[in-house]
Amino acid sequence: MDWWLELTPAEWDAVRLSIRVSIWATLASLPAGIAVAYVLARKEFWGKAALNGLVHLPLILPPVVTGYLLLLTFGRRGPAGAFLYEHFGIVFAFRWTGAALACAVMAFPLMVRAIRLSIEAVDRKLEAAAGTLGASPLWVFATVTLPLILPGIIAGMILAFAKAMGEFGATITFVSNIPGETQTLPSAIYTFTQVPGGNAGAMRLTLVSIVIAMGALIASEALARRVARRLDAA
Amino acid sequence: MTVEVDIAHGLGAFQLDARFSSDGRLIALFGHSGSGKTSLVNLIAGLTRPDAGRIVVDGRALVDTKAGIFVPAHKRRIGYVFQDARLFPHMTVAQNLRYGRFFTPAGERYVDFATVVELLGIGHLLNRRPSLLSGGEKQRVAIGRALVASPRLILMDEPLASLDEARKAEIMPYIERLRDEANIPIVYVSHSVAEVARLATDIVALAGGRVTASGPAARVMPLPGLGGGEEGEEESALIDLEMVAPDDGYGLSLMRSAAGGEWRLPAIDAAAGARLRVRVRARDVMLARERPKDISALNVLAARISAVSEGDGPQALVRLDHGADALVSRVTRRSVAALALEPGAEVFAIVKSVTFDPAAPTPGGSLARPTAA
Repeated sequence: MDWWLELTPAEWDAVRLSIRVSIWATLASLPAGIAVAYVLARKEFWGKAALNGLVHLPLILPPVVTGYLLLLTFGRRGPAGAFLYEHFGIVFAFRWTGAALACAVMAFPLMVRAIRLSIEAVDRKLEAAAGTLGASPLWVFATVTLPLILPGIIAGMILAFAKAMGEFGATITFVSNIPGETQTLPSAIYTFTQVPGGNAGAMRLTLVSIVIAMGALIASEALARRVARRLDAA
Repeated sequence: MTVEVDIAHGLGAFQLDARFSSDGRLIALFGHSGSGKTSLVNLIAGLTRPDAGRIVVDGRALVDTKAGIFVPAHKRRIGYVFQDARLFPHMTVAQNLRYGRFFTPAGERYVDFATVVELLGIGHLLNRRPSLLSGGEKQRVAIGRALVASPRLILMDEPLASLDEARKAEIMPYIERLRDEANIPIVYVSHSVAEVARLATDIVALAGGRVTASGPAARVMPLPGLGGGEEGEEESALIDLEMVAPDDGYGLSLMRSAAGGEWRLPAIDAAAGARLRVRVRARDVMLARERPKDISALNVLAARISAVSEGDGPQALVRLDHGADALVSRVTRRSVAALALEPGAEVFAIVKSVTFDPAAPTPGGSLARPTAA
């Protein structure tokens, strides 16, 4: 009767790992996400189309391709992977950090898109007004632009978190499916479906996925409503 | 405190070529839309960079293309009140007001927050969000926000243009108090003759990107072509008067101009000694070669013609000097010929007291509020 209440330790590992990977993927890519969104929304420069394409590439490439490219680049023998290991001792291949990297790359276009739209919606006249009041460009960004795009940032983070929770193809290609290290929720569910008698486990983790996804959605809605109330119309 | 501008700036097909220098307390940049007024204040504020030229405020060069000087907007300490108030929607009124103060060096915060709040009557709004304010309240807060930053100069770009007449009337007294009490010069952009007549100490008239006239308001206002604004306004003169007797028993006030002219106008609620400015429309002024006798009009002033401009139509505009006061009169070209009206001729200007309408705020010949000298 209570088969769906009790998660096995291995299943708990997968849940905890997935949440950790998703939070890290979201937080670590946020500064870059805001920076890239700002540049794409506001600046005109040579190669802008290329940057835009690069950011959106993971959205249109098959995830397996993205995972394989990550493996080539950030694997122990890959150019970036070897450099990071030699100089900083950072290893991505077959580690949970690699799973976070794969999730961050896959979620990046969604995050950038949400933030970029909110930056484009900011009334630049308000920024000019802040300038005449003595605020340097950096202060203008911190005190006017950033608060005004907060709803977009929150939306981008929720999208990125949800995408990271569900990421499968790139993760399994890049860091494999090692229980306790790189076996995230989707990988664990996939594993359960590949063995006889795994249906109960798959179902339990599916329910957990739904609860987490719904929880994130409701939390983001509540947060967005609070921010919107603070901003309500200019 | 002087504002010197000498700049050349191309905006597409439009060429701004403006040059003036003024030390007025409220310098009105006056001209039709498209004459380059807003472009000019944006250059003073530092929101745009001119192609060539220099801008000096209070002896400090903000722009000098020859010397390679361009002070960015946030280092100019010039307050800017925009037509659309541009209050920060994520801050309360109090936070908006204090925003600029944060960036002002501690030693230069000479404007007191409480004084500004009192001056603008916005004390009851401090905890509100901008979205809950009326148009007039927003504009007052915007003026306050610029003031609290302790600026060296305040720019106002048509601050009343988006408001209805009642809201304009609500804000004008505050701008007058600011002009007379705050000791911060104001550059005020407007295409409204009524606003300029009431507020300006000095006028810089712009047309097609060029300065067509500049100087004290009472000298510039009567110039031909300055009246024909978009509101169907017309040429008029500004006379600064001092109240002699508020009521003569017939419902009229007796006032005297600095030039010694005596004016009888419908009674104004002001004490003896108060300073007022009246606007006299050109078409309300009649001319006579001899002092008229037994005439109902009460204001008869001896004057000398300084210029006569005839247009294509039947009319002509005659400029007169009554001592230091300038007057304008619109008459027919036929009268100009019949009376031999020419520069240097001695005439009498006749203005009916009833052409002054204290109730209506804008029409010609209206009475402006007392202004402290």
